[in-house]
Amino acid sequence: MKVIQIKPSELDAGLEKLESACRLIGPVKEKSYHLFKTLEPDQKPDLAYINTRLSAKSVLYPQSEVMFEFSLDKNDDQYAILKEPEKDRTPRAVIGIRPCDADAYEVCRRNFDTEEYKDPYWLKNYEATTLVGLACSNPCPTCFCTSAGSGPFSDRNLDILLVDNGDGYLARIITDKGEKLAASAGWNTEAGSDAEAAIEKKCGEAESKIKSSVAADNLEKHSLIDLYEAESAIWEPEGFACINCGTCTYACPTCWCFDVQDETYGKSGVRMRNWDSCMYPLFSLHASGHNPRDTKIARVRQRFMHKLKYYVDKYEKGIQCTGCGRCVRLCPVSIDIRRVCNKMNSYDPETCRCEVASG
Amino acid sequence: MTTYTQKIREISKRLLQEGRVDMVIGFARGSVPMINQPAFATHSADADRFVWDGNCGINLANYVTGRQETIGIVAKGCDARNLAVHIVENKIRRDQLYIIGVPCMGMTDRHKLTAAVAGEIESVDEDESGKTVTVSGDGFSETFNRAEMLQENCMLCMHRNPVLFDEMIADPVPEQTDEDIDRYGAVRRVENMNPEEKWDYFDDLLSDCIRCYACRNACPLCYCPTCFVDESKPQWVGKSIDPADIRIFHFLRAYHCAGRCTDCGACVRSCPMGINVRALTKKLEKDCLEYFGWEAGLTTEQRPPLDTYKPDDPEQFIK
Amino acid sequence: MQNPYLPYPVRIDDITVETEDKSLKTFKFVFLKPGDEEKFAYRAGQFAELSIAGLGEIPIGIASSPTEKGFVKFTVFKTGKVTSHLHAMKEGDIMGVRGPMGNSYPWDLLEGKNVVIIGGGFAFTTLRSSIVYMLHPENRSKFNDIHVIYGARSPGMLLYKEELMAWAERDDINMHITVDGTDDPEWKYHKGFVPAITEQEAPPGDADTYAIVCGPPIMIKFTQPVLDKLGYGHDQIIMSLENRMKCGVGICGHCNIGKELVCKDGPVFTLDQLNKTPKEY
Repeated sequence: MKVIQIKPSELDAGLEKLESACRLIGPVKEKSYHLFKTLEPDQKPDLAYINTRLSAKSVLYPQSEVMFEFSLDKNDDQYAILKEPEKDRTPRAVIGIRPCDADAYEVCRRNFDTEEYKDPYWLKNYEATTLVGLACSNPCPTCFCTSAGSGPFSDRNLDILLVDNGDGYLARIITDKGEKLAASAGWNTEAGSDAEAAIEKKCGEAESKIKSSVAADNLEKHSLIDLYEAESAIWEPEGFACINCGTCTYACPTCWCFDVQDETYGKSGVRMRNWDSCMYPLFSLHASGHNPRDTKIARVRQRFMHKLKYYVDKYEKGIQCTGCGRCVRLCPVSIDIRRVCNKMNSYDPETCRCEVASG
Repeated sequence: MTTYTQKIREISKRLLQEGRVDMVIGFARGSVPMINQPAFATHSADADRFVWDGNCGINLANYVTGRQETIGIVAKGCDARNLAVHIVENKIRRDQLYIIGVPCMGMTDRHKLTAAVAGEIESVDEDESGKTVTVSGDGFSETFNRAEMLQENCMLCMHRNPVLFDEMIADPVPEQTDEDIDRYGAVRRVENMNPEEKWDYFDDLLSDCIRCYACRNACPLCYCPTCFVDESKPQWVGKSIDPADIRIFHFLRAYHCAGRCTDCGACVRSCPMGINVRALTKKLEKDCLEYFGWEAGLTTEQRPPLDTYKPDDPEQFIK
Repeated sequence: MQNPYLPYPVRIDDITVETEDKSLKTFKFVFLKPGDEEKFAYRAGQFAELSIAGLGEIPIGIASSPTEKGFVKFTVFKTGKVTSHLHAMKEGDIMGVRGPMGNSYPWDLLEGKNVVIIGGGFAFTTLRSSIVYMLHPENRSKFNDIHVIYGARSPGMLLYKEELMAWAERDDINMHITVDGTDDPEWKYHKGFVPAITEQEAPPGDADTYAIVCGPPIMIKFTQPVLDKLGYGHDQIIMSLENRMKCGVGICGHCNIGKELVCKDGPVFTLDQLNKTPKEY
């Protein structure tokens, strides 16, 4: 793998060149926090950011997205026939995505891109996107990526990894897509032979700054039903505080559930999808009025069981979490997935106890 | 605050040991700074998890809605007022509750503290006198005047001492009066805007909303079995993040809280995007005070003004 | 890339009111575009999303049999927003059908076996599909004895009444039709609840006998002990679940029971499988 040296001035010049080749998306500060946005002409991504308040999930998977359009005009020969609208599938690049968010795309891909069915909206966006990642040299106290299948320098799902080396960036070119983007940006100064070693050193430093972790090694071994039935040890104490808002699910880069809704405007309409949350009673409510998850405890359990057991068993690729810590930071009542995971991992069905105390 | 914490634990243990209540609801320390967690104890040994400091801003009245047990509940001024609202609205019976009253000097504003320092806050310490708050993280430690770092609703609070309680954990703290504070300054600023400015103001206020409903779900008033935004027959409001639908949600929710809202600030505290949802409810609080001389949650003897009809009800707001 | 959310446009060709309270109607659809019917190749036990532009979609079991060509049929209970609108639609109206979805009954496994179908109320739709499929001259020899125990509140609430009566006259299928009660003196079938009739009429369980059970929760609850008593193993009791669904293709995340998605991994599960999943249905 090739490493390129990019000076600060070259970064900006390169981004300007890229503007004409593709749409650029990056972290920008709005009000008091950062979000991923399509950059305006001449707008630069703020690469000094720590992390965005919400994840980069919306880059591929907007919170509200039109799936189909239709006419409700009875005189129209296409009356009530659903049509996929024209969508912008031109190339775009995300500049400065954090490795945890990029690794979350791999997690989501398992859901959206299956053997039998492919979600064209997610997948076409994914295919059109080049991911220029920004290594985390200063992880947050809530980060636990290294124990969640990701890492501050994880480049498994990136096309280019940028590493701040004080005087500009070292850029590890990982894929052909990355190679092409670097060429269009004019980033071509090969870094010295010690560059890889310098990146590894910085990676080691960053990893050592990550203070929190989850233990997930026993999750697969546990019986699904045992964990599900661990009401008094896990679900009741963890679920009590929950207010069943959708903050954790909406902030999460790996929560992928959606609702489908039709909206009409006069004689036309759309079928759209909106992010949904298993925290909401409506999520599982039958038309008959019966609700299989009719208590908040059941809904809290669903979220954690999905991420830390169902997903683990179904894909055998670890947990459905990359350790970004957003849910931990944003939960208004401090429900902490790290604690829940550690409880589940250490749960002993014989004694109905966990090795981790409640909060 | 350690004395408050000790007193809360002491009373909770006593209530549980004596069998006076089935459970006590209070706050446990959260796993991250500035967010304590609503928690319960059913055995006296569990009561040692309870704490009290400036991070107890969630309204615990939200946790008793429809419960059947007898409950000891730790209540600051606004929580106690919401318990009164709950009792009036038949969400809990007075005789089910043992209210452990906490005289409150206000809750610190997590959004404000986060914005005030450059680094990631790892710990927050309040001095025992309640004068200062010190936030620290990797390579920094800054001390602020606590009064300046309070949630806005706490800065404007005139009912710091619970109006309804069975036992107080400390002597009352001094109350603020209209002499000390201008409760409705922010509301008047909006009232004085021209329509265009108002439009822009509300547009900007709600532009960050992601419809996670944390504000609604943190609110003790929002206990409707099915919220109007979740109804499908008929569907009153769209489900996307269309700005019109977002406004309808917030405006209607605020009106539903008129005359019932105690300005506890749980909505703002819970909002992941830091939206000042109170800007809407505060206006309705002001109107209720001006038109009906009413402040929510000060009595269990009277229903809120929009819940009752009197021939001489003011009608100047109907235009 | 095939868009799995795009319905096939269909025209309502025929509407039949099934029950005396008019809460159930059968809709017969024909595909508008040539080739779509072939793409919609299905097996008995699968379902589809019925789509009405402007209102949304609902998952409904397919009531027609793969052996019936030129149309596809669904029997729909009027309950929510979409079904209420559908009940008000007319022959000739245009809407959409998306599918087929789900795993179907395990037809390969059932070959050479005795099949006992136990149904109640309006959950008989995919069971009708199954019976028509099994009775088709090309298929009947693939199965041994076929028993059907089907109950409804009253004679007027039985679905597909004419077909039921016709099947009852045949000697290659054992029909046990029952109603909770009736004052019709002409009624010549059973009276009593499905679990009781099952106990009377169902053959004992053995390695070559499978039960397919579809009905309201209360019927399932009381039928299961009967089947246990008759000696049916839990891997020989086959059930079809319903859960709130949106996408129908295993992506939107709504319908999971444990790690299984009812829409894609189900809706058909053996009781043995269900014993290992949370009862979130």
